[in-house]
Order: sequence, then structure tokens, then C-alpha cells
Amino acid sequence: MSDAGFDEWLHAFVADDGYYVECANGHGYLPPRRICPDCGSTEFTEESLPESGVVETITTVHVPAPAFKADAPYDTAVVDFGPARITGIVVDAEPGSIEIGDAVEADVGASETTGKDVLVLRSV
Amino acid sequence: MSGVRVAGVGLTHFGSHPERTGRDLFAEAALAAKEDAGVPLSDVEQLNVGNFAGPLSEGQGHLAPLLAEAAGLTCPATRYEEACASAGVAVREGVRTVRSGEADVVLAGGVERMTNHDTPEVTESLAIAADELFEVRAGVTFPAAYALMATAYADAYGVDEDDLKTDLANVASKNHDNAIPNEYAQYQRELTVEQALDAPPVAEPLALFDCCPITDGASAIFLVSEEYAAEHDLDAGVSVVGTGQGADRMALQDREHLARTPAADDAAAMAYDDAGIDAADVDVAEVHDCFTIAEVLAIESLGFYDPGEGLGAARRGETRADGDLPINLSGGLKAKGHPVGATGGSQIAEMTRLLRGDHPNSDKVDDAEVGVTHNAGGTVASAVVHVLEVAE
Repeated sequence: MSDAGFDEWLHAFVADDGYYVECANGHGYLPPRRICPDCGSTEFTEESLPESGVVETITTVHVPAPAFKADAPYDTAVVDFGPARITGIVVDAEPGSIEIGDAVEADVGASETTGKDVLVLRSV
Repeated sequence: MSGVRVAGVGLTHFGSHPERTGRDLFAEAALAAKEDAGVPLSDVEQLNVGNFAGPLSEGQGHLAPLLAEAAGLTCPATRYEEACASAGVAVREGVRTVRSGEADVVLAGGVERMTNHDTPEVTESLAIAADELFEVRAGVTFPAAYALMATAYADAYGVDEDDLKTDLANVASKNHDNAIPNEYAQYQRELTVEQALDAPPVAEPLALFDCCPITDGASAIFLVSEEYAAEHDLDAGVSVVGTGQGADRMALQDREHLARTPAADDAAAMAYDDAGIDAADVDVAEVHDCFTIAEVLAIESLGFYDPGEGLGAARRGETRADGDLPINLSGGLKAKGHPVGATGGSQIAEMTRLLRGDHPNSDKVDDAEVGVTHNAGGTVASAVVHVLEVAE
């Protein structure tokens, strides 16, 4: 199954070309979007995402859904990249070692359970 | 506009009944409500039934006519799905229908069958109430989503992690205490703060006893017009005087607040305005404590506490059964149980019993006249609030 808009957005991180979509009035979101939830603008452009963002909240998940069984325990975080926030799984760090305020970058990784592409976050 | 009375309520036991079908659970609740109301099934003009995961848990779609048939009804029937707020919405639409004069008798409620699947499968099916692309695929389970909100709350208000966990454990312990006499509750047993703090982590900072259980159950409410109640000399001493609903962005990452639930603020404002009350008028409340932090966010959204002040309410005793404003005298979702699509109706049923005086905890709120219910969907991307009053 493919999810047009989302798939292209996710895979752009492979080439370090992560982006968000910005409406005519400067509100940032993740695609696909046809209308801005803030202002109703229907004009969007793709804009480069800043290379790193700041962890806004984070949790260590010990009881996962089946799709992440082999990944647990893992940290999942909401990261503020400035114009948009992104939720992802922290990799290359001990669970519980990343804190609110830490800087991370976004990338594409693979779930240890399913091998499917996942938005991952890594300390910078 | 017609006033709306609760003519009768019905509940199944909330608990682990893996062998029982959704249709059997709902029929039991509906027939119990009929007995309580003293209204013949032939007078029911509409069935509004809440259900979240029937298509996943039982492979059953098109639930409403099936449940109507199971309950002995031949009226039009509609299923409402708003995640954990499904039955709240079903009740709200029933209230609006009776008020409009389109019907004098609406049966509203909900049902959920959950324990016929194991915990990982239920975790997966509950997660569909979050944003599938941006949250579920990023490993966010429901406990994780509320854990993200709890962590954001502690950060926003400068709360130490140990204090956060202790205050949340007090919420769990309080709600277990309240459930002990409730014959419908899944956990009629004490939970100490120490036991809650010693439990294994689920999604930090939330541990096992910060989370509501997985529950089978059903709820049913007879909503009737004041005219119908008078004409049939019904013993219907509780009115639904306010209803409100609010919405927010689906994914946490798209919310303005990670430590607040503005959908519930909006639902409360709408319901209070509808009822002509304010937060200070409320004597007792049933709120959506799917996780302990959710009760904290709820009592802040309902205006009982300023943002950041609700966390310690249970520890300070203010929301305990003998406190100034008892919260979740039923035991809440935490201890009474949370059959997702039935919960909003269960809250109305429990509040009705509390105000009528026939709830085992009614003696804790002898003089209560105004009760509020707060039912939330997902991470409160939707919220429904009702105001119930002892009728004149």
C-alpha cells in the first residue's frame, strides 16, 4: 500500500532533503495538505526542514504494539523543528537517555520488527 | 425546546467476559435500562449506539441494526464512532433529538468487546484512534501518547518526575477506593499508592496502574422528553440540562498545547452555557481517566482547577470521596473499567445513580444537585461534556 504525499515526504529524509509544506501565510505542516488548518489558505509550497529540531516531549515505550515488538523498549518523541513538529522513534541512544530540550535530526530507518520504513530521530 | 429526562439506565458488569458477544452485552444493558425506566420497548423511536472497534474485535460492521434487534427494538438505529467518546456522542445526539421534538424516547448507549483478543492486539486496535501516518507509524501507542502529554505537563509546570508519579499514583488509588462498593466495577479492590508506584512501566512516566484496564461491557440510557415523563408518570428525577462537544487537531504534533486539552475546554464551555451554570456550581463529576494524567487534564479543562493546579488534587484529598469535589465516584475508567465505546453512556448511568441516590457511593454526595460527565476521544481530539441536574 502506498500513501501519496506521506511516502514522498518520508523518503526525502534518505537524501537529507527533509521538507515540510508551508501555506501562503507561513503556517507549517506535514503533507498531504490541501487547506491550512490555521488560516484556510490553499496555496502550499515545499520548504526545507531545518537540519535539527528540539525534543519537546518524549517517552520510553515498554509495552509496544505488535508492529514494534522487537524494537521495545524504545523512545518516541515529538520534536519541534521550528515551522513544524515531527513525531519519531529515537535510535542510536539508550532508551531514556534523551531529554526534553535535546537537539535531534530526522532520518529514515527500519523497524526492527517489520523492516518497514520509520521516521527515526538521532542525537546531533 | 423540550427538556430531557433520564428515565432509566442499564449497565452490564464491566470486566473480562471474553466469551460474550457484543450483541449479548448490549442487549443485557438495554433490557436493564428498560426495566429501570418502566418504558415499553415499543415506545423507543431511535437507537443511538456507541462502538469503537467492533469491526476489528468481532469482524462485525453495520452494528446498529444488529444491536437494535438484539435489544428487541424495531426503530431506526445508528452507530456512533468517536473513539473512546463514541457513547458520549451517541447520548449527545439523543439529547438533541429529544430536545428538537423529533422523538420523545431515545435509547442511547454503547458497547465494546475487547478481551477476546490479547493485549498486544488490543494495543494495536486502540492505536487507530491516533494519527495512523504520523503517530502510529512512529511507535505511538495510546499509553505512549498520554505519556508524552504527562511529560509535557511536568515540563510545562516544573514538576519533578518523582512528584509527578506520586501524584498520578494518588489518582489511581483514589479511583480504586471509589470502585470498591460498585457492583459493576472491574476492580472492586484497593490499590495503594505504593503498589501503583512499584508497578512495571508501560510508557514512562506511566506504569501499569496509571492505565485503565481492557474491559468488556455495555451501557444503555433511556432519554425521554419531560412531556413523555409527565404523561406516563415516570420516576425520572434527573435531567440532562447541558451538552457540549469540542474538537482539536488529531495528532499531538499539530496541537498548540501538549499539556492541555482545549477540546474539553470547549465542550465544557458549551455544556455549562447550555445549562446556565459555571464550574463552581458542580457538585460531583465523572471524568475520562483512561490514564491517570487524563483525569488531571480533565479537571483542569472542566474549570475546577487552573492549568498546572490539578495534578495534586487527589493527593491533597480534594477530589476523593470525602473531598470538596469528588471525582469518579464510580471508580472511573481506571477501576470501573473502560469498554471503549460504552464508557460515555456508563458515565451518564453512574451520574444518574449518584444523583438519584441509588448508587453505593450516593451517600458521599447527599446534597449534590449538579453533576458533570466528561468523555474524551483519543488524546482528546474530541470531547463531550454533559451536565445533569436533580429535577425540580
